[in-house]
Amino acid sequence: MAAEGQAPTASEYIVHHLQHQQMDFAFQSAKQTSIVDFGVFNLDSIVFSSLLGLLALFLLWTGARRATSGVPGRWQAAVEMLVELVDNQAKTVIHNENSRRFVGPLALIVFVWIFLMNFMDMVPVDLLPQIWSVAGPALGFKDYLRVVATADLSTTLSISTMVLILCIYYSVKIKGLGGWGHELFTAPFGSHPLLWPFNFLMQMIEFVAKTVSHGMRLFGNMFAGELVFMLIALMGGAWALSATGIGLAVGHVIAGIVWTLFHILIIVLQAFIFMMLTLIYIGQAHDKH
Amino acid sequence: MENVLGFVALACGIIVGLGAIGASIGIAIMGGKFLEASARQPELMNELQTKMFILAGLIDAAFLIGVAIALLFAFANPFVLA
Repeated sequence: MAAEGQAPTASEYIVHHLQHQQMDFAFQSAKQTSIVDFGVFNLDSIVFSSLLGLLALFLLWTGARRATSGVPGRWQAAVEMLVELVDNQAKTVIHNENSRRFVGPLALIVFVWIFLMNFMDMVPVDLLPQIWSVAGPALGFKDYLRVVATADLSTTLSISTMVLILCIYYSVKIKGLGGWGHELFTAPFGSHPLLWPFNFLMQMIEFVAKTVSHGMRLFGNMFAGELVFMLIALMGGAWALSATGIGLAVGHVIAGIVWTLFHILIIVLQAFIFMMLTLIYIGQAHDKH
Repeated sequence: MENVLGFVALACGIIVGLGAIGASIGIAIMGGKFLEASARQPELMNELQTKMFILAGLIDAAFLIGVAIALLFAFANPFVLA
């Protein structure tokens, strides 16, 4: 352990940066007692995701508010391109016009919101946590801040659980409660009564696997990206502290550039994949067997 | 205690290594098919490229979930009796 006033060791730096601003439901600082702990929530993820959701709504609203049918301005053109992209994807996957009226905008906001939350990974690793280490304790909070809301498993799994709930809603709406129940017990193997338990088991496994993989894919990409940024920052920090030759500093800059470029692709791609899978899962709920 | 740390380090290496094998082979096969298809029908190259990136994200999913878990063990190890 480093003594008070000395610079933290590498592990301490990373462990400190990986802690969430966790609170229990009495709004006292708490720490989760196991991997799955429903008695605490991550205040920083909730605040960042809410603020970025409002920002997403605001950006799209400004694009729609001054929409003219004449020659469009640049912002209107950008928003139109985005809406057209999502609309084309929705049209190929969801064949029901009525559902598309809701699911199209849902996919659009999922894409923009998750892209904005992922984009917080591009902010320098220590910038907001350093500001918070001064401002937080002064306001009565602990000195923990995680900036990327999608690098938090609770955020991504909650979005994918909502997609699951929507799938069930559309299944019941399109096929009726009896039709959906029939499908739960007779697909995919067949309608012989001996196969009912196996069909039901397969359906449950399918629900769980789709939802968990949907959420964990986004989490894994963002968490790994954030952690690599922290490791690269440690490389720069180690050079600044030891000053043994220029190698570490050059390595820090080059690794930073390479990983940032790669991560810019990953940010957009993962948001797009999340949106596509949302559309595909809700579209699958419309299929009758 | 040292035993636990040693085993965890081994586990992280195995998770990342085996995952990388699977993901790399998957991307390689898909990339090869994409190149073949582009050579057969160059006019479809752009659409196929879009689909290829989507598939790359899906193929990498299990590997990256494994990397996230391995990194979690490496830095915020839940097996360490702190």
